[in-house]
Amino acid sequence: MSELVTYAYAVARDADGLAEYAATLSGVAGESAALVPSGGDPSLVLVVSRVAASDFQEDALKARLEDMEWLEAVARAHHSVIDALSARTDVLPLRLATVYLDNTRAREVLDEQAAVFDEQLTRLAGHVEWGVKIYADPAAPAPAPAGDLSPGRAYLRQRRAQQSVRDQVYRAAQQAAERVEAAGRQYAVGRARHRVQTGDLAATADENVVNDAYLVPADRAEIFRSEAALAAEGLQGVRVEITGPWAPYSFAAATGPGRLADGRAPS
Amino acid sequence: MKSEIAETEALSSRATEREVTAVTDFPANRLGSYPTRAGPPYAQGSSANLADILERVLDKGIVIAGDIQINLLDIELLTIKLRLLVASVDKAKEMGIDWWEHDPSLSSRARGERSLSEENRRLRAEIDALRRDSELPEGEREQPRRDTRSRTDE
Repeated sequence: MSELVTYAYAVARDADGLAEYAATLSGVAGESAALVPSGGDPSLVLVVSRVAASDFQEDALKARLEDMEWLEAVARAHHSVIDALSARTDVLPLRLATVYLDNTRAREVLDEQAAVFDEQLTRLAGHVEWGVKIYADPAAPAPAPAGDLSPGRAYLRQRRAQQSVRDQVYRAAQQAAERVEAAGRQYAVGRARHRVQTGDLAATADENVVNDAYLVPADRAEIFRSEAALAAEGLQGVRVEITGPWAPYSFAAATGPGRLADGRAPS
Repeated sequence: MKSEIAETEALSSRATEREVTAVTDFPANRLGSYPTRAGPPYAQGSSANLADILERVLDKGIVIAGDIQINLLDIELLTIKLRLLVASVDKAKEMGIDWWEHDPSLSSRARGERSLSEENRRLRAEIDALRRDSELPEGEREQPRRDTRSRTDE
């Protein structure tokens, strides 16, 4: 029987039946989740499960994190517990692989920062996060040049036509981004920018040019989603993908440097 | 001063230069009462895209001290590697680059006594090389506007 340690998923606001609900959730390595209540603030709980110490000791963890299959399994388990919880209560997702020697240690950390967690949970209560990605397809074919040109001229003309298609597609993507931002200003309370995704795990042929997350009050979530989803309407070579609703991952850590009035670069 | 809504800055952002924005003119900010659980059902659980999940669980979320903790530098490097992996795993494999599987700079087994800064420098050089070869953008790719402008200037 191997030694066990405590893996923490999220800080959550306790709710009726939450402990029973957590027990039905399958976490890392299939273990069911449990609640560690705060000693000081009875409304705060840490959502945890027990994991094998052999997987999560410092050296083992470093090696494990480089194993894509293992990382994917843990990331999906981490997310699925947080996702399921967020349907029942307000949650503050923790970074992957936050591990304590036992539940007592986990409770100590929860108690130490109870005031901060309480404030954050209050701030995020009743909000959801939407992911909004905009894709451009700059490789859309340009019309073929007329057949009576010399090869050199035909080549140059073709290049120019292709360039113009690219310009149009990027301008259209910009327009879609502005529409999403407009919906954001109307319905959302915050935006976080993620790095654009390009390539294999993202599994798209076109180019991701915007990868943002919006924090939206639950009662506006649906209207924001439907408006953002329409942002590419009538635009050639552009599409919008909405993901979520997510627990407020991208807005969970509250302390940052100075705020920008708006993320847009001056045009 | 206490930060209001919409600002997040995780610890690893020094390496990733993540841009996080508050949109102060959002009218919905600071409303007094929120309905609870009125949103659409959560349906991300098993179907969500791995790239979307990884960028959230590794890059976002609160960092609190654990008893067993990976060095933050390690997680930064891991995140950078994953970005490249997410960006182009097949391309990298084509080029015979599979260092995420057994790169001594992050493998505790092969680590030996090398200093962190040396590892860091070596990793950055690798990343630069990969970025050049696979035509990844230099750092954060911004709004498409810039691309458009530079092209129309030609």
